[in-house]
Amino acid sequence: MTQLAKVAPFGPRVGLFATCLVDLFRPSIGFAAVKLLEEAGCTVRVPSQTCCGQPAFNSGDRATTRDLALQAMEAFEDCDYVVVPSGSCGGMMAKHFPELFAGEPKLAQRALAFANKTHELISFLYDVLGIRQVTAKFEGSVTYHDSCSGLRELGIANQPRALLTSIQGLNLVEMNEHDVCCGFGGTFAVKYGEISGAIVGKKAANIAESGAAMLLAGDLGCLMNMAGRLSREGKQIEVRHIAEILAGQTNEPAIGAKPLPKD
Amino acid sequence: MTQHPTSTYFKDNAHRALQNPQLQKALGNSRKGFIERRAQAAARLPEFEALRDSARDIKNHVLAHLDLYLETYEQNVIASGGHVHYARTSEEASQIIIDLCKERGARSVTKGKSMVSEEINLNAALEKAGIKPIETDLGEYIIQLRKETPSHIIAPAIHLNKEQVEADFRKAHQHLSPERDLSQAPQLLQEARAILRQQFLAADVGITGANFLIAETGSSVIVTNEGNGDLTQIFPKTHIVIASIEKLVPTLEDASQLLRVLARSATGQDMSVYTTLSTGPRRSADPDGPQDYHVILLDNGRSSMLGGEFNDMLRCIRCGACMNHCPVYHAVGGHAYGWVYPGPMGSVLTPSLIGIEKSAPLPNASTFCGRCEEACPVRIPLPKLMRHWREREFERHLTPAVARSGLAFWAIFAKRPRLYRLCTSIAMRLMALAAGEKGLFTSLPFAKGWTQQRDLPAPQGRTFQEQWQKVRGNQ
Repeated sequence: MTQLAKVAPFGPRVGLFATCLVDLFRPSIGFAAVKLLEEAGCTVRVPSQTCCGQPAFNSGDRATTRDLALQAMEAFEDCDYVVVPSGSCGGMMAKHFPELFAGEPKLAQRALAFANKTHELISFLYDVLGIRQVTAKFEGSVTYHDSCSGLRELGIANQPRALLTSIQGLNLVEMNEHDVCCGFGGTFAVKYGEISGAIVGKKAANIAESGAAMLLAGDLGCLMNMAGRLSREGKQIEVRHIAEILAGQTNEPAIGAKPLPKD
Repeated sequence: MTQHPTSTYFKDNAHRALQNPQLQKALGNSRKGFIERRAQAAARLPEFEALRDSARDIKNHVLAHLDLYLETYEQNVIASGGHVHYARTSEEASQIIIDLCKERGARSVTKGKSMVSEEINLNAALEKAGIKPIETDLGEYIIQLRKETPSHIIAPAIHLNKEQVEADFRKAHQHLSPERDLSQAPQLLQEARAILRQQFLAADVGITGANFLIAETGSSVIVTNEGNGDLTQIFPKTHIVIASIEKLVPTLEDASQLLRVLARSATGQDMSVYTTLSTGPRRSADPDGPQDYHVILLDNGRSSMLGGEFNDMLRCIRCGACMNHCPVYHAVGGHAYGWVYPGPMGSVLTPSLIGIEKSAPLPNASTFCGRCEEACPVRIPLPKLMRHWREREFERHLTPAVARSGLAFWAIFAKRPRLYRLCTSIAMRLMALAAGEKGLFTSLPFAKGWTQQRDLPAPQGRTFQEQWQKVRGNQ
């Protein structure tokens, strides 16, 4: 499961911020990200980390958000880049951290520097490292959901599609309303479960209608929401994070699928 | 109905809306049209994005100098023979209008579509004073028959299907033949037209809102697609305009810039069918027009938004693009929001106008997908403003206790990385064990909101940081 390429001794020092969902629920996405980064020549570190603070930020708790932002900024001080396999947490760190320190010039400056070196994984590979081709192999049809923060805060739309279609044998089919919210919205999914359910119900219909055998996206929150709904509706569609496909790491069962039998 | 906001019951309102098949059908029918038409209209105009910047800048400028433009506007209304009245509250505004109507012995008034008149609950106030209000916009006419409020700021009856309107018309227009064919929309329109035509002629006073008030000329501007606004303000002897103070723009030039983004954002039209400017009462050389022209300028809480955290909201030109692009609005419709202004703009404006205590759920009823901000012609950062409301709720302990203590519990771990790693590695292992061979949870007592709607994929078992530590050490 965790076969990793040899650690490259050169290249930019990249701190991987796994995000709490990847850390806790699906570490294989973290290892896929490490593989992609190391194959691209980066030296990857994983500093001690918890959460980017977004749940507190979107619940109106500025004090906790500020503490968590400072904690992350501190932990990744030595890294040339901070790379995040999530547009949502990436957007939080790259777009919202500086807002938290308005009126505190020194910290604001630090937050801005941190924001400027923070990138969502796929955008980092494509926009910063200039990667246009991945070596992974894949046979089959996939459909890609644009997660909202990645799309609207970070402008991630063509990069994942370009990298996916660089894989021979991969057939990318677009679903209707691929850029419409899946209804996750963090705590929204629990606080307004019924509305969230109605939104993800429409999304599940669009996914199924695309005819693709696999659903991909760049955010584990959205993926768990969509996978959970597809499974509830009995729709047999594999759900994975885009990094898993780009890294060619599909040994682990898909999101929400039955685990492999223990030896 | 508007005087009693039900925004605090948003969740229950939303539940009923989701269980209402008629409403879901109507919402499903309207969803794609607005979005596609706006996108096409924007694509047809190369300078659309630049126009949005310019629209934002015009409104920002007005808001920064509102006192100056209010004064200039007032002087120019008076110079053209009209009158200006200031109203601090809804009650004051309604009272001024009722007094004007009574002084003129008015028994019936026709009304053009006006959200501000909904905000001040004008129809109820008029009826109470023995004056009959007649809504002349087709959508407004329909919901007036049904004793409902608008569910959308530009398409008030969007929550209804054709068949429902047919039934309403048969019930309301019993003097017409029961055998008549009303199965098609144009037939419904023709019937409403014929009935409203008599009302236009009989009305003593015509009341309209305003999309813009132009300071340099003292003019009010309305845009409509039905021409009902023109008939409302031309036939009666008195024309009353009710508008809120942020509707001001400096010049005709500015108004035309804003008009270029308004209809494109709202309905995808390049321009609405009718754009009507009114400047004072009828002059001697005019072929028609009212003898009397009054403008009521409503504050109702807006001046306290000026210069503050919610100042940007006052740029809103009421196009409805935010709700047209909102997945939550698409799911539950406008009535669930429980007061006059639904959708994302309502979730910011309603707390400002009626208080956050009476509308606490609204700023939380968003996934922050950002599509509203993306579509807003005057670039209002709606998610950011909703987040500001959430901050105020948190500061004032209005956030529900469960959410608050959940957040506090989570923060204990999130702020202590070592404790976090220890506890999460145990917890995830246990969760994976509990899920067992299924790989997911179909029900969890502490996350019912989630599991009632979808399964929860189980964690893989060992956390990323734990595994990383094992393979790479402290790297």
